[in-house]
Amino acid sequence: MVQVMLSEATQKKIAKLKDRYPEKKTAILPAMHVVFKEVGYYNQNILKQIADLLELSQMEVSETVSFYTYFPREGVGKYHIQVCTNLSCSLLGAEELVKYLEYKLKIKAGQTTTDGLFTISTVECLGSCGTAPVMQINQTYYENLTKAKVDQILEDLKKGK
Amino acid sequence: MEKILFKYIDVPDQYEIDTYIKNGGYRALPKALKEYSPNDLIEMVKKSGLRGRGGAGFPAGLKWGFVPKDSPNPKFLLCNADEGEPGTFKDRWLIEKDPHQLIEGIIISSYAIGAHRAFIYIRGEFAFGAERLKNAISEAYQKGYLGRNILGSGFDLDLEVYRGGGAYICGEETSLMESIEGNRGNPRLKPPFPASVGLYKNPTVINNVETLSNVPHIVLNGALWYAKIGMPKSTGTKIFSLSGHVNRPGNYELPMGTPLRELIYDHGGGIKDERELKAVIPGGVSTPVLTSQLVNVKMDFESLFEAGSLLGSGAVIVMDETTCMVKVAYRLSRFYEHESCGKCVPCREGTRWIRMIMARIENGKGREEDIDLLLDICTNIAGKTVCPMGDAAVVPIMSTIQKFREEYEYHIKNKKCMVDLGTRFV
Ligand SMILES: Cc1cc2nc3c(=O)[nH]c(=O)nc-3n(C[C@H](O)[C@H](O)[C@H](O)COP(=O)(O)O)c2cc1C
Ligand code: SF4
Ligand code: FES
Repeated sequence: MVQVMLSEATQKKIAKLKDRYPEKKTAILPAMHVVFKEVGYYNQNILKQIADLLELSQMEVSETVSFYTYFPREGVGKYHIQVCTNLSCSLLGAEELVKYLEYKLKIKAGQTTTDGLFTISTVECLGSCGTAPVMQINQTYYENLTKAKVDQILEDLKKGK
Repeated sequence: MEKILFKYIDVPDQYEIDTYIKNGGYRALPKALKEYSPNDLIEMVKKSGLRGRGGAGFPAGLKWGFVPKDSPNPKFLLCNADEGEPGTFKDRWLIEKDPHQLIEGIIISSYAIGAHRAFIYIRGEFAFGAERLKNAISEAYQKGYLGRNILGSGFDLDLEVYRGGGAYICGEETSLMESIEGNRGNPRLKPPFPASVGLYKNPTVINNVETLSNVPHIVLNGALWYAKIGMPKSTGTKIFSLSGHVNRPGNYELPMGTPLRELIYDHGGGIKDERELKAVIPGGVSTPVLTSQLVNVKMDFESLFEAGSLLGSGAVIVMDETTCMVKVAYRLSRFYEHESCGKCVPCREGTRWIRMIMARIENGKGREEDIDLLLDICTNIAGKTVCPMGDAAVVPIMSTIQKFREEYEYHIKNKKCMVDLGTRFV
C-alpha cells in the first residue's frame, strides 16, 4: 500500500466538511470527491486520514466508501478509461470500441498498462446515450467515438496534453 | 408547439444568471413568494396535473401535500439528479444548459413544502454538471434568491450540490437518502414514506430534475395553461431522450401524447442506414420492449401502459433489424446484476442466476429448458423485494421472451444469433 499524505489544502477542506451537515457521516462522500481530485484513487491509509479528519472510525468510512464504484482503488492507471457498454452504446459498437482499446494498449479490460499510464474499465450507462459510443477518462467525457478519434485521444494523452 | 423547458436550450450562455434573467428567468419566484401561500402553490401544482418525471409518474402536488404541516421537525427538499436509468440523458442537459430554471423550481418548491434546506443529489460522473450547478447556486446567493430572507419575504433556504458515487440504486429515493446520510445506498422499506420519515428521519420531498424545472412555468402561466398541454391525465411536455439506431439521437421536448412514430421519424430523422425498425424500449431499460408494430403508440403514461409498457423516464431506445434481442437481454442482465445493492436475496441471487443463464444462451451453451427456467426465476423476484429494482430487473428478460421467444429458441438450437449483427464502430 502506497503511503500518501493528503496535502494540507485537502486536509483543511475535509476538516471543514465535518460540521457542515446534520450528521458527520454525510461528509464522507464529499470528502472522497476532494481526495479523488487530488490523488485519483484511494486505499485504507487514505481512508484512515479521512476518518481522523471527520472524527469517524475508519470502519465507518470504509463501509460506506466500498459501496460506491466511482472512486477507483489504488492501482488504477494515471488515465482511467471507462467505456460505457450499456445498451445504447452497445447498439452503436461499444464492444468493438473496447476491443479496439485493448488492441491499441495491449491490455485487457480491467488491466493497467505496465507504464502505469492507462487502465481500461467497462462501466454502465454514463448518461450520454445520445452521443454513443461514449467513454470517460478521469473526469472528461469523450463522445461519438470512432477509431480515428480514439487514436487521437490516446496520442494526446501519451504526450501529456 | 412552443417549447417550455428547452425554450432557451440553444442559447450558449443561458447557464449564466444574467442571461437567464434577461430571458424571463426569476420572475416566477417573486410571484410565488408574494402572491401565493405555500398551500396555494401545492393546490396550483395539483391542478396543473404535473406528474413526476423520474419514472413513476406520481402527481407532484399530491406528494407535496403529504408533508405534515404541524410537524416541528425541519423539512427537506431533494432534487434527484442521479440520472442512472440507461438510455436517459435529459437531466444532464437541463442541468448543464439551464441550471437556473432548475434552481428557481427548487426554491419555489421548497417554499411550498416549508423546507429550509435542499440538496441536489447528482450522479458522481457528472463532474461538469456539478460544477455548473455550484456556480449557478453561488450566483443565486449573490442576487439574494437563496440564503436568508429571500427577496424580503422572510423565507430562508440553503441549497447545495451533493455528488454521488456511481451507484445506480442511489437514484431510488430512499437509497438516495441513505447515501446523503453517509451510508451504503441500501433502500429502506416503505412505509413510512419520505414525506413523513425521510432524510435524517425528517419530512422530505424528493423530485426529479425535470419535474422541478417545470414549476416556475406553472407559477408564471397558471395551472390551467399547463393542464391544457399534452393529454388529460399526462399533462405538459416531456423530454424524450432518443438513442440507438436513429439518425438524429438527442433530447426532444414534445407534448405528452406525441406518437412514437413522430419522435423517431420526424424528429429523430428515422432509422440509421435505412434499415428496418425492429423494436423500441420506450421509457428506459426498466420498461418492457415494444415491437415495431406499436410504433403509432402515443407517448404518455396511460397510452404506454395500455400498450403493455411504461413511460418511465422517457428514454426511447431504438433498435433496428440487426439487433439480437437475446444479446440485448443478456447485456441488461449484466447491468442489473452489477447494480443490485444486495439487500434482498431474490434480487441479489436472482439477478446473478439470470445473468449466468443469459450468458450461456448467448455463448451457444443454452439448454432447451433455459427459457422456462428464466421465466421461473423472474416470477420469484418480481414483487418479492424491498425496492422496485427487483421488478425492473426482470422486465427485459420477460418482455423479450414474450415478444421474441423464437430468437431465444434459435439461439439455443443453432448456437448463434438469428440476425446478422453487422459492424458499428469504425
Ligand atoms: C432503481 C431505481 C432507480 C431510480 N433512479 C432514478 C433516477 O436516476 N432519477 C430519478 O429522478 N428518479 C429515479 N428513480 C425514481 C425515484 O425513486 C423517485 O420516484 C423519483 O425521484 C421521484 O421524483 P418524481 O416524482 O419527480 O419523479 C429510481 C427508482 C428506482 C426504483
Ligand atoms: S430489490 Fe435489489 S436493489 Fe432493491 S433493495 Fe433489494 S437487493 Fe437492493
Ligand atoms: S448507454 Fe452508454 S451512455 Fe448511456
